[in-house]
Amino acid sequence: MTKTPLPETASQTAGPYVHIGLASEAAGLERSLSALGACIAGPDVPGERMVIEGQILDGAGVPVTDAMVELWQGDATGKLAGSEGCASGFHGWGRTAADFETGRWRFETIKPGPIGNQAPHLALWIVARGINIGLHTRAYFDDAAEANAVDPVLLSLPEDRRASLLAQKSGDRGYRFDVHLQGNFETVFFDL
Amino acid sequence: MSGYRARDWAVQPPALTPAYKTTRLRAPSAPLVRMPEGCVPESGPVFGHGDLGPLDHDLLQNYARDGVPIGERILLQGRVMDQDARPVPGTLIEIWQANAGGRYRHRNDDYLAPLDPNFGGCGRTLSDDGGQYRFHTLRPGPYPWPNSENSWRPAHIHVSVMGSGLPQRLITQLYFEGDPLVALCPIVQAIPDKGAIDRLVARLDLEAATPFDCLAYRFDIVLRGRRATVFENKPEGM
Repeated sequence: MTKTPLPETASQTAGPYVHIGLASEAAGLERSLSALGACIAGPDVPGERMVIEGQILDGAGVPVTDAMVELWQGDATGKLAGSEGCASGFHGWGRTAADFETGRWRFETIKPGPIGNQAPHLALWIVARGINIGLHTRAYFDDAAEANAVDPVLLSLPEDRRASLLAQKSGDRGYRFDVHLQGNFETVFFDL
Repeated sequence: MSGYRARDWAVQPPALTPAYKTTRLRAPSAPLVRMPEGCVPESGPVFGHGDLGPLDHDLLQNYARDGVPIGERILLQGRVMDQDARPVPGTLIEIWQANAGGRYRHRNDDYLAPLDPNFGGCGRTLSDDGGQYRFHTLRPGPYPWPNSENSWRPAHIHVSVMGSGLPQRLITQLYFEGDPLVALCPIVQAIPDKGAIDRLVARLDLEAATPFDCLAYRFDIVLRGRRATVFENKPEGM
């Protein structure tokens, strides 16, 4: 028997004070709940250590200073936390608040491996004041051209929009990934 | 192939809702891109009781210093389920809110209502095997915000639900039955569907009240369901 599915609960903006609940140290609480999502890959997890950082920019090019970013990724062999064979001490999930002055956010993690036929990437989820429903996007690596060239998600996009999902190599072990919410350089956001 | 039902955008607020001013420069202009089949990450982080402190669910106690916080004491409870009404157990639910005067304990909130030395305004818990969750807290106050010269947020509690995978990640806000500000709030009214707004309103549940202690409100949460046919009464993921 087919029943009509229940309607999903509506989303609402996380607002400017999301930190109180989800990143309480940033909110300035004198006493905080333990920080969930602070460690993506424990110190013994094999893989190439990397930093990814960036800014989220609005339609006027102004940094969004009240955003929160969450990350979900596979380990160095592409295994997701909780799946068989995933590196011990690998949580695969992180979240962080954008800086209140500069809007910069930053994760320390390990470089993920390919998941099946998908090129290495980080799945990101962005909420902020003025974002009515959280935005899903992906950061691929601009120095993985071969893998990116056959990635089914990148291939599904018009060619001129693919670059918006490429994190740029910056320094020895870093990548920069800016997210444009609106405008000519608008980042691709997904309906999962 | 994605195991989740297609999202029903009729019950979700569109990205651009000009009456809520901040969306004007923050709403993507291109439509969301449908992720190709087989590429949707269906798993997500899993949390256990070891991640939580013993008072994390009790906002009346978890920041108390030398007394109890001021305000209407409430028990907030409900059920997390999927679109087939199956319970979603083990889900991390996190809440944050203003105090009874409408002031947030946040370094960026300078509203003139006082901070309450005994109230932090954040809590979290895990849904149980039946998808049930409960918090002890107090009813937050309404407050003004700079959307227009006379914009007031209705009393609300922010609710974050982790779900069992990225497609189920949700942040929403719950409101309180009978609040006249709900109908005037551009953030609430960004949702085009009246029924969807109504479902964000927590209901007074007098039977669940604790006599001589606190009133109770009920707020159920529905996360996106799986597309595959499932047997009834089977918890998700089993």
